[in-house]
Amino acid sequence: MTDITADPGSAPLGPAAGGAVVVTTQRMAPARWRLLLRRPTFLVGAGILLFWVVCAIFGHLFAPFNPLAQQLLSSNTAPSGTHWFGTDPLGRDVLSRVIVGARDILVITPLATVLGTILGTALGLAMGYFGGVLDLVAGRIVEAVLALPAVIISFLFIVALGPSITTLVIVIGFIFTPLIARTVRAAVLTERHLDYLSAARLLGENPARVMFAEILPNVMPAILVEFTVRLGYAVFAIATLSFLGFGVQPPTPDWGSDIAANYSGLLAGYWWQTLFPALAIASLVTAVNLITDSIEQVLNA
Amino acid sequence: MAMFLLRRLGLMILTLWIVSLIVFFAGQILPGDPGRAILGPFAAKSSVDALDTQLGVNRPLLTRYLSWIGGLFHGDFGTSYTYRAAVEPFVRAALINSVKLALLAFVIVVPLGIIGGVIAALYAGRAVDRIISVTGLSLATVPEFVSGIVLIVIFGVELKVLPVTASAGAGAGDLSQFRHLILPAIPLVFVLFGYIARMARAGTIEALNSDYARTAVLKGLPETTVIGRHILRNSLLPTITVIATQTGYLIGGLVVVETLFNYQGIGNLIFKAAQAKDFAMLEAGVLVIGVVYVLATLAADLLLIALNPRLRIGASHD
Repeated sequence: MTDITADPGSAPLGPAAGGAVVVTTQRMAPARWRLLLRRPTFLVGAGILLFWVVCAIFGHLFAPFNPLAQQLLSSNTAPSGTHWFGTDPLGRDVLSRVIVGARDILVITPLATVLGTILGTALGLAMGYFGGVLDLVAGRIVEAVLALPAVIISFLFIVALGPSITTLVIVIGFIFTPLIARTVRAAVLTERHLDYLSAARLLGENPARVMFAEILPNVMPAILVEFTVRLGYAVFAIATLSFLGFGVQPPTPDWGSDIAANYSGLLAGYWWQTLFPALAIASLVTAVNLITDSIEQVLNA
Repeated sequence: MAMFLLRRLGLMILTLWIVSLIVFFAGQILPGDPGRAILGPFAAKSSVDALDTQLGVNRPLLTRYLSWIGGLFHGDFGTSYTYRAAVEPFVRAALINSVKLALLAFVIVVPLGIIGGVIAALYAGRAVDRIISVTGLSLATVPEFVSGIVLIVIFGVELKVLPVTASAGAGAGDLSQFRHLILPAIPLVFVLFGYIARMARAGTIEALNSDYARTAVLKGLPETTVIGRHILRNSLLPTITVIATQTGYLIGGLVVVETLFNYQGIGNLIFKAAQAKDFAMLEAGVLVIGVVYVLATLAADLLLIALNPRLRIGASHD
């Protein structure tokens, strides 16, 4: 943990460094990444995430059974040598469904977060840089979206547009936009009165160039942290929507919808049908959080 | 001070108005025809049209919005398509149930989160701090239905110490109802713990680094006095704001928890209304949530002003 002090790149993040920040931050980036690799929390998180990414891409090749194949004669069997995680009420192999079930959530989550980050960054930069009426109007809309829980806004729109991967990406992306915009706006406000911006303004550079070429690189650390935090929430939101029947639809293997389909079996003692997908979600969320925490620590160092 | 409150109130009304627009127009893009949904696929086109006219769903959009908003001011939240009855009593009963569950969750999580955050701050950067912070963040992002299921398996199925449904049934005593709400409240506690602990930690660290804390230590006050009297008071201010803003997330969590534990609260009401495309019920439920959120933030602002004299003078900021 004490290796933080070895990083001389931490100082340029402060506001005083002015225009030089851009260059310095870029030059220091590789050193920061190496610092990340020395954090055990980051390595554990990245390891778990990598495991699920491999499952999402190649899972169908090494899953012991076809995740859709029903064997009604061996339904609801407890974990055994043949079925390590047991079988579900239709006799499908739970282990295979957990492995292949990583796919949709690992496709939707990053796409939705990237969409929200791009839109939110653009909105936040504009709100922070221009201020005034734009900031006031956008600020009210942000506040209104914040007043409604993400899950509730999502299913308002998912009922309207029908549950598909595209809908989920767009809906979650749009819900994240105001949240990310708020963070970016706050970061921009701390930059607004710095010398390099006054210089850019005096030179008569156009606002778009100032926002994206001058301010953006300086607020990048804040955006990166916000992105990883949102990634965790995206997993949360997608899994929840699938559980409520507004996400990935059966029979496609998916952790959230498999839990919804089988949790009534808990009372009959068929715990393996829900516990393993639940642990899969928990492990993915924890992995993302370990990575988030490490990045935050390194950037704040 | 009066200006600040007026401005705050104005912004609050503006926010609620935008919420009403979002809610109303989201309701309008739902495909499918309410008349058709009620009468089923085999009903004659003419009777579907007649029902639509009776429900007023085929009037122009602006007319419907104005009559909806107008009705709200008279306490008329519309008529449910599924129950064929006024929405208001359903929403009221559901809200009361949800408030019970939410209050229990808050009573557990607020002290727990604050203690966790303060401990993390006192051991900032050390293992205890990392454990509390990472656990908090992880619990906050583990979906309620995942932690809820684990809890059901452990306490309801294996140990059989707590009931796995939230409603004690009609005529059950308060104590019995309380026992039924414990298990549903814990997933909400898990989600909120991380946020509250995080804010309490940040506030405490800031207070620890302040001049007045250093003065208190240097003049020889015992550590417990410094923490209790000088640090906690200042560190808890930002935490109050977070607790208020988390009511929004709490209600989102209620959707899942109430469905999982089969509890007739506002989350369950909205979920079922969305499934049944019951616009009036859906709109009323979501709007009520918006109002609750806005009122909670206002209450937090007032509490902050009451606790922090500095804000009473410089209260012109947004």
